[in-house]
Amino acid sequence: MLRVLLLCKVQTVGSTQLSELLQSQQPTLRSVSVDLNNDASLLIDIPDALCERDKVKFTVHTKTTLSSFQKPEFSVPRQHEDFIWLHDTLVETEEYAGLIIPPAPPKPDFESPREKMHKLGEGEATMTKEEYTKMKQELEAEYLAVFKKTVQVHEIFLQRLSSHPILSKDRNFQIFLEYDQDLSVRRKNAKEMFGGFFKNMVKSADEVAALWPCYLSHCFKIKDSTAKAEKMTRSHKNIADDYIHISATLNSLSAEDTTASKTHLEKLSDLFEKLRKVEGRVASDQELKLTELLRYYMRDIQAAKDLLYRRARALADYESSNKALDKARLKSKDVAQAEEHQQQCLQKFDRLSESGKKELTGFKGRRVVAFRKNLIEMAELEIKHAKNNVTLLQGCIEMLKSN
Amino acid sequence: MADTDSEVRQMHTDFEELEDAEDLFPEPAATQESGPASLPAEDIGTNSNGPRQDLLFDDDPEDLFAEATEEVSLDSPERDILLSDGPSPAITPITPPSSVITPCLGHDDMFIKSSFNEIDEEEEEEEESDSFNMHISVSDPEKVGDGMNAYMAYKVTTKTSMSLFKQNEFAVKRRFSDFLGLHSKLASKYLHVGYIVPPAPEKSIVGMTKVKVGKEDQSSNEFVEKRRSALERYLMRTVKHPILRKDPDVLQFLESSDLPRAVNTQALSSAGLLRMVNKAADAVNKMTIKMNESDSWFEEKQQHFENLDVQLRKLHISIESLVCHRKELSINTAQFAKSAAMLGNSEDHTALSRALSQLAEVEEKIDQLHQDQANADFYLFSELLGDYVRLLTAVKGVFDHRMKTWQKWQDSQLLLQKKREAEAKLQLNNKPDKLQQAKDEIKELEVKVQQGERDFEQISKTIRKEVSRFEKERVKDFKTIIVKYLESLVQSQQQMIKYWEAFLPEAKAIS
Repeated sequence: MLRVLLLCKVQTVGSTQLSELLQSQQPTLRSVSVDLNNDASLLIDIPDALCERDKVKFTVHTKTTLSSFQKPEFSVPRQHEDFIWLHDTLVETEEYAGLIIPPAPPKPDFESPREKMHKLGEGEATMTKEEYTKMKQELEAEYLAVFKKTVQVHEIFLQRLSSHPILSKDRNFQIFLEYDQDLSVRRKNAKEMFGGFFKNMVKSADEVAALWPCYLSHCFKIKDSTAKAEKMTRSHKNIADDYIHISATLNSLSAEDTTASKTHLEKLSDLFEKLRKVEGRVASDQELKLTELLRYYMRDIQAAKDLLYRRARALADYESSNKALDKARLKSKDVAQAEEHQQQCLQKFDRLSESGKKELTGFKGRRVVAFRKNLIEMAELEIKHAKNNVTLLQGCIEMLKSN
Repeated sequence: MADTDSEVRQMHTDFEELEDAEDLFPEPAATQESGPASLPAEDIGTNSNGPRQDLLFDDDPEDLFAEATEEVSLDSPERDILLSDGPSPAITPITPPSSVITPCLGHDDMFIKSSFNEIDEEEEEEEESDSFNMHISVSDPEKVGDGMNAYMAYKVTTKTSMSLFKQNEFAVKRRFSDFLGLHSKLASKYLHVGYIVPPAPEKSIVGMTKVKVGKEDQSSNEFVEKRRSALERYLMRTVKHPILRKDPDVLQFLESSDLPRAVNTQALSSAGLLRMVNKAADAVNKMTIKMNESDSWFEEKQQHFENLDVQLRKLHISIESLVCHRKELSINTAQFAKSAAMLGNSEDHTALSRALSQLAEVEEKIDQLHQDQANADFYLFSELLGDYVRLLTAVKGVFDHRMKTWQKWQDSQLLLQKKREAEAKLQLNNKPDKLQQAKDEIKELEVKVQQGERDFEQISKTIRKEVSRFEKERVKDFKTIIVKYLESLVQSQQQMIKYWEAFLPEAKAIS
């Protein structure tokens, strides 16, 4: 029952309301990474999204001064699968082997709020109407938060592409942005063509580890930090929920009280209601600034790793081409062919090494900037929320003491 | 002899209570403050019970009470004699005050009634003249003995300026069963006359076994602390009660260095089993008593307390959940801090590495904040609610006693009626010897019925007073503790601000 209602609500939230919601958010809250959208020649954003039975439809909006596009401004509807198609296509493109392809955005996951909604429905009988309404509001807010996060992560993916000197010029990228028809046909064809060749190759961890010794442990540590940060956020959310119940019970107590306690209890109930809102914001800010940062970093490392892997393969190819050349020379057969092949391999390897180095440096730099930005913002928000709490608490103490 | 002793003892207690009421007493304050030496000569002597009894038969009410002041002074040697008797005989239930006095006086019921009426107005005045000023702390838990016979001894320190006590500051060593023994005595003396006796902290076989076995770990330390805090609150609540704090058992508990062991408090003892059986019997009886409530006040109050009980239990559960989640947050924060530290270590960019290490340090400090906050959540808020849930059981108990008193009264009325009918029959059948017996029985029953009615009125009156006091206390209690709790939250948040403000420049220093 509840699920249907919520989904309907979000549907009717539709285009206008959600874009208003997104706009009302401070700009700092929107991007985990650095400000990517500053090159006026190609500006991309996702101003709207619609949620239908767990399928999200993003509205991708482009503003450009480049002549390669047909119009200066346009919007297209895109699904998550379209983003994946774009990512995979780029990964499979030989030309870009020396580049870090921005990680694909993760699939929208509404499992957590959905589960909570289910539990809430089961526990409906044990709470007052007020409590139930508040819990439902909390859940709807959570649902919306997941929604906003997924929009953000898809947006960043596109913005990373648009700000990359080489990738922004990719033909498929252009198609993604411009093509006003359904991409699903193209997606199917692409699958048939490449069959996920590169993607599904068994990636030997040893090869990568040889190039980036602390990669494995670093990857593990980030995964660990991300998981622990998630647990912290969940605890904050649990506390916010407790505050709801406490506030509701205090309210009931106050309603029946005939002594001087009545006003005390009212004020206390009010206080806890306000505190839980702050606690909720602490939880969501921590998630956006810390957990999302770590998650994004984790995915980025994967992308970097893929680059290193390709370089390792190129090296392996070069070495085997060397052997082939030696063999050819021994047999005095197809030497010219073997020489050319070897040259190609060498060139590829050099190319990958060079661009790889540049990309990795850029990656590390980007990472440092992103961490700096988010850690500063998180600290500032924590301070803001704590100050807010202090004001609320002291106000209540004053009122209680003066009574 | 033993009976008279205990009877007289009760009268002492009773007079102490009455003393509160009457301001006819010549210089009550002076008598109370003076030491034993300054007492009038007639009081001294082991057989000072004698003059007292004479006074009881005096027809002049004023004189009765005038003398009583000097007699009842708590510094009097009589009290010492009473207290030096072996184990306090007061474990046996004591009948209410009026029932002791009435048989002796026999005739003047009105006099008793009027004096009780004055109690209402006088009590307020009395409380102001010797205002409550006591602070009890329970501290220094010490394990005594080994193995399964081991126990925790707590130091009970009383600081007071009240004239009730010999000294201003004194301390004694007590164990948990002593507290239970005290409560048991107070409950048997006062509950059935309508006084709300604060319940003692709950026993915990599991908790104590851990301590006995000698596990010096986090959970057994927490258990001891929880118990220590509960015992302190219990004593404070008990002495806040104007009647209870004057009880000789309470005074003995606080002051005397040796206290006879209370053995009937063990859960698995025969007394414990008897208690359980009685409780079950009471529960059944309660269901069968249908009282004609003439006073809607009682119905309203009972309903009010029922509702309050439900809500407080609910709130208690929510707070317990909060404590649990706050502890989880603390643990999760600590784990994150460790993880962030490792991340910082493996980071090759120096400024970023330092910032991550600093983040780890901040989070570590914050996890301690959360832990402290969880303790405040528990010791202030949660335990407050737990205490009141248990107190409400005592409150409901006195209401039940009132019902029982009413039932007793009704029963004796019914019996009287039956006997009267029997007497009438006997008169018709003209059986002189049996008739006389019947007439005697009827006379006894008439007295009993009157007594029953008086008891019922007395307990009703007491309950009214007690409920009013209880509600006042509750309001004050809640307000004080809630303010303390909120202040703990403020402190925690302010500390949080400090930590993050210290971290901010580190984050900004990343380049």
